[in-house]
Amino acid sequence: MVSVRGLRKIYVVPEREAGLGASLRSLVRRRSKEVVAVDGFDVEIGRGEVVGFLGPNGAGKTTTLKMLSGLLYPTAGEVTVLGHTPWRREKAFLRRMTLVMGQRNQLVWDIPVVDSFELNRAIYRIPDGEYRDTLAELTDLLDLEGLLRKPVRNLSLGERMKCEVAAALLHRPAMLFLDEPTLGLDVTAQRRIRGFIATYAERYGATVLLTSHYMADVEALCKRVVVIHHGRLLFDGSLAALITRFSPYKTVVIDLDGPVGDLGRYGEVVSVEEQRVTLRVPKGEAAAVTGRLLADLPVADLSIGDPPVDEVIDRVFSEEPEPASTAATGTAAR
Amino acid sequence: MIGLADLYRAQFRTTLATQLQYRVALVIWLLGLVLSPVVYLAVWRAVATSQGGAVGGFTAGEFSAYFLATMVVNHATFTWIAWEFEYRVRQGTLSPLLLRPVHPVHRDVAENLSFKALTLVVVLPVAGLLSLAFRPTVATTPWAVLAFVPALALAIALRFAVEWTLALAAFWLTRVEALNRLYFLAALFLSGQAVPLALLPAPVRLLADLLPFRWFIAFPVELLLGRLSPAGALLGFAAQAGWLAVAIALLRVVWGRGVRRYGAVGA
Repeated sequence: MVSVRGLRKIYVVPEREAGLGASLRSLVRRRSKEVVAVDGFDVEIGRGEVVGFLGPNGAGKTTTLKMLSGLLYPTAGEVTVLGHTPWRREKAFLRRMTLVMGQRNQLVWDIPVVDSFELNRAIYRIPDGEYRDTLAELTDLLDLEGLLRKPVRNLSLGERMKCEVAAALLHRPAMLFLDEPTLGLDVTAQRRIRGFIATYAERYGATVLLTSHYMADVEALCKRVVVIHHGRLLFDGSLAALITRFSPYKTVVIDLDGPVGDLGRYGEVVSVEEQRVTLRVPKGEAAAVTGRLLADLPVADLSIGDPPVDEVIDRVFSEEPEPASTAATGTAAR
Repeated sequence: MIGLADLYRAQFRTTLATQLQYRVALVIWLLGLVLSPVVYLAVWRAVATSQGGAVGGFTAGEFSAYFLATMVVNHATFTWIAWEFEYRVRQGTLSPLLLRPVHPVHRDVAENLSFKALTLVVVLPVAGLLSLAFRPTVATTPWAVLAFVPALALAIALRFAVEWTLALAAFWLTRVEALNRLYFLAALFLSGQAVPLALLPAPVRLLADLLPFRWFIAFPVELLLGRLSPAGALLGFAAQAGWLAVAIALLRVVWGRGVRRYGAVGA
């Protein structure tokens, strides 16, 4: 479905120092700098897989999605999506995929939502019967009834995003690239979109590659995650494996029958809420610490778990050093 | 073809619905459109009257006819794509258009035509009312009026192709305003919008003959008003067809390169 080999993207950006002198100099001699956004990685995604694509801001996620969907030409590498080279933008390819970017609206601002849908029907040449069925289905799944007749500018952000997602799926694409589909939405709307994506992918056997800052999205939808950092592949596997690999800690939560003293000697105290204490303990010592806690203190309840995914991801991104080769970005005068 | 016709129908409805949301803005905008030809008209009529009835072969009544016809032809052919394209490239709104299985030019053609269909409903009666006030004199022939129809169609296509290609400069330039102004200034004088070309000095007239501008305004206008011989009409059609072919070829090449650049520097 998706096959990526040695994908690289280097942007050439103009570079100028502040100040009038620098502005004048730049008239004569333009300086530019190469920025490596994606630094060569391989990945294979099979039909029907829902894959979370993670990385901090600037890791190269959006650049990669743009290359996979055909907006950007890579500097090097080979990509096949649905049997096509995306940046050729062949019609047969464009009819079978979609790219949803959280903050870009495709809907026509001033007219009712359903009129924008109608335009998409014509653009994608969706047969009438199929269009009616899909529209009914999307209306039901996303709860769009009541929104369809409203002009887009009168919708709330959450309502608009639901409509954007529906518009992007009217042609029943087999490949979905979703860039932050839940960005800025409240928890209810996020859950709704998330549930919908899962249902759609399952019903149509669609392949989904999704980026999100909300780990809840990823946990709910993706069995597999691909993590990139500084444009390189850092991890490819299950979410559970990601946690095992990158979190050297376990979280121990205890409820005490009695006063809570200083528990710093057992591990790092993360939080204390009334009688409940949460500790972070190195993975290897978890068993020993648990034993000591039970022996020393009036423990009413105890549980050991992995730290929240958010925390693990945070740690991966903040601690992983930048690889030496990408740190050196070339400076060239043109 | 059926798919494309369907797309045009849908785009037509969308544009009508959008424009009708802003009726007041539309009326104000149309007023502006009508006003500048009326100014040219009034000035040239005054000049003709003060010169004893005619200037360069134009009587006051013929000036009226010329500028009223120019107003309608200019309205039918004008585009706003050069400004819109810069916005698209800078704001990235071009990106979703590129990922649709249809060339973005179709959207613009459909939008332009539907906007014209909507506004001509106002422009034509306004031209009618103005002719009551300015009493144009027209001495045309039936063949010239008939030939005007394809000439106008070619003029619309030619101006659209030229200006769509010009708009693609936005792929290379961050600010296209200076270029646009230069173009519209050249077009204003060399297309016959501000002054009938017959009144221009010979070297400027030659320049106007060689450039595409006059073929999308002055030529259909002069044809309609019966100011051209059959040979002059044929020459005009040939020039329109030739420039259209050049403009479309250029459009394809520039579009291909521009999109490549857009995809290289960051869509």
